[in-house]
Amino acid sequence: MEKILVCIKRVIDYNVKIRIKPDESGVITDGVKMSINPFDEIALEEALRIKESGNANEVIIVSIGPDDTQQQLRTGLAMGADRAIHIEHPTPLEPIQVAKLLSRIVEQEQPELILMGKQAIDDDANQTGQMLAQIFSYPQATFASKITLTGNTLEVVREVDQGLEILDVDLPAIVTVDLRLNEPRYVKLPDIMKAKKKPLEVLDPVSLDVSLDPSIKVLNVSAPPPRQSGVMLEDASQLVSSLKEKGLLND
Amino acid sequence: MTSDQKVLVIAEHFQGEIISSTSKAINCASQISSQVDLLVLSNDPNLSDHASRYDGINEVLVINDDLFENSIASIMAPVIAEIASSYDYVLAPSTTFGKDLTPRVSAVLDVSQITDIMEVIDSRTFKRPVYAGNAIETIEINQGQKVVATVRPASFKDVGDSNNASVKILDLPSVDIPNHTRFKGIQSEVKERPDLQVASVVISGGRGVGSAENFEILYQLADKLGASVGASRAAVDAGYVPNDMQVGQTGKIIAPDLYFAFGISGAIQHIAGIKDAGTIVAVNKDPDAPIFEIADIGIVADLFEFIPDFLSKLD
Ligand SMILES: Cc1cc2nc3c(=O)[nH]c(=O)nc-3n(C[C@H](O)[C@H](O)[C@H](O)COP(=O)(O)OP(=O)(O)OC[C@H]3O[C@@H](n4cnc5c(N)ncnc54)[C@H](O)[C@@H]3O)c2cc1C
Repeated sequence: MEKILVCIKRVIDYNVKIRIKPDESGVITDGVKMSINPFDEIALEEALRIKESGNANEVIIVSIGPDDTQQQLRTGLAMGADRAIHIEHPTPLEPIQVAKLLSRIVEQEQPELILMGKQAIDDDANQTGQMLAQIFSYPQATFASKITLTGNTLEVVREVDQGLEILDVDLPAIVTVDLRLNEPRYVKLPDIMKAKKKPLEVLDPVSLDVSLDPSIKVLNVSAPPPRQSGVMLEDASQLVSSLKEKGLLND
Repeated sequence: MTSDQKVLVIAEHFQGEIISSTSKAINCASQISSQVDLLVLSNDPNLSDHASRYDGINEVLVINDDLFENSIASIMAPVIAEIASSYDYVLAPSTTFGKDLTPRVSAVLDVSQITDIMEVIDSRTFKRPVYAGNAIETIEINQGQKVVATVRPASFKDVGDSNNASVKILDLPSVDIPNHTRFKGIQSEVKERPDLQVASVVISGGRGVGSAENFEILYQLADKLGASVGASRAAVDAGYVPNDMQVGQTGKIIAPDLYFAFGISGAIQHIAGIKDAGTIVAVNKDPDAPIFEIADIGIVADLFEFIPDFLSKLD
């Protein structure tokens, strides 16, 4: 195929323990380590492997976010993407808006395959890929843990609640990826240097003619109710009595 | 409760049965309005009988067609969107089925969507988890806009099954249905134990269990307690157990009364799946394992010594 488009999001690194702002207006991001959403990184790795196996000519990455998002796009270029598109927008958007902005890039670039993570680990929405697929009436395969390309068809193994489902989808298609698809490569220093010279185009969402009026208002972000602190027991007999006391084990 | 609002719940089914997460979505719907209908798209006419028994359902809408045999989102979404034109809300369980399907419905309807409703504050205001449940958002959706949402099963109880709702068979609406997606099969192991998402006791094992063979001891304990068996991602990745046993942010979110974590360190992504569990028991040989910070009962022990001892005390 000619092109694979990979959509990536800048999120708080998955190792960071998030902290909530004292006024409960959101989560603290100042001075917090940011990364490519881990699922999107796996999507990019898969695109690069398809290209390296000779089945694609170009891997393009796109991200929507504040100006700092270019750090993650540079990381993606260092991993091996050929060029990057940054749609600059300072505040979080709703997935339907993200899907519509991405649809403009799909119209421009006409990729045969679009890959992205099954969800972003910040809003955990799990919507964008499916919405983008519907905008073009493209096939979708979500929760992908294995992808095999044969001609114009992709066979995708999906991790669903009941087990592993296998779907065949015709290209062009959208695949949203799960954790077991692959293990992303580490970027090496020379690649970071090379990535600085790769093209990174910055777009103003206004030029893409998509309504960005919110329809969902976040009233408050709070910590989940804390669990009562627990007890430490010594052995199995203590556990048995404790569970019996709580009515969780029958005598 | 604004009772003139109409809610359409999408039934999830697998191998001839409606899945319990559907019942939880109905519970959530009933907290929004008393006008709740259940839509069953399948090729199995027997499902409507079960569907009509759920308490809180006004009417069961059924389309029986071979198109719906395998719940393919690109086929179902245009049909659901068409039927949704006379509804104010479309709800589905927040399972891999509901998550796959509903955003396509939202896109046809051109509306924003809410993932994982965990609490209904009022008909426009909901709570949902973000950051793997480490923060809870309270959100308000604009007046007058159709609401498409998924419902977090672990946050709602099942509804009863003493209803006898009327069943209406609908014709397949004339919408464009694509043929670009073909179902090839599903590998689903026959489960001898209770379903992970409905079991009241769950025994999970992590990397500390060490091998597929070693999981046997957990199965023994599970059978003794009538429990289901789950696992951490590390245990699934290592091939000890299949993927559908994974508990956590990217696995199943469960709410059993009693949860056992054996050889699981307690990463936030794992904890995300068990936040709603009643009592969490953790057995780990490392006294500093983070799982002890959230466990109700912690025991520092080698699981291979502990479990046989525990089993013998249960006799
Ligand atoms: C985006 C993302 C999503 C993720 N989603 C999930 C998810 O859904 N679910 C999930 O579980 N993880 C998930 N993870 C992975 C998670 O971060 C951890 O890597 C994983 O949970 C670790 O599994 P574990 O506790 O079994 O393994 P480890 O962290 O290796 O812990 C093994 C534990 O076993 C103990 N142990 C070893 N031997 C014994 C013994 N003989 N007796 C007693 N204790 C013993 C050790 O002390 C240790 O604490 C996700 C990660 C990412 C990045």
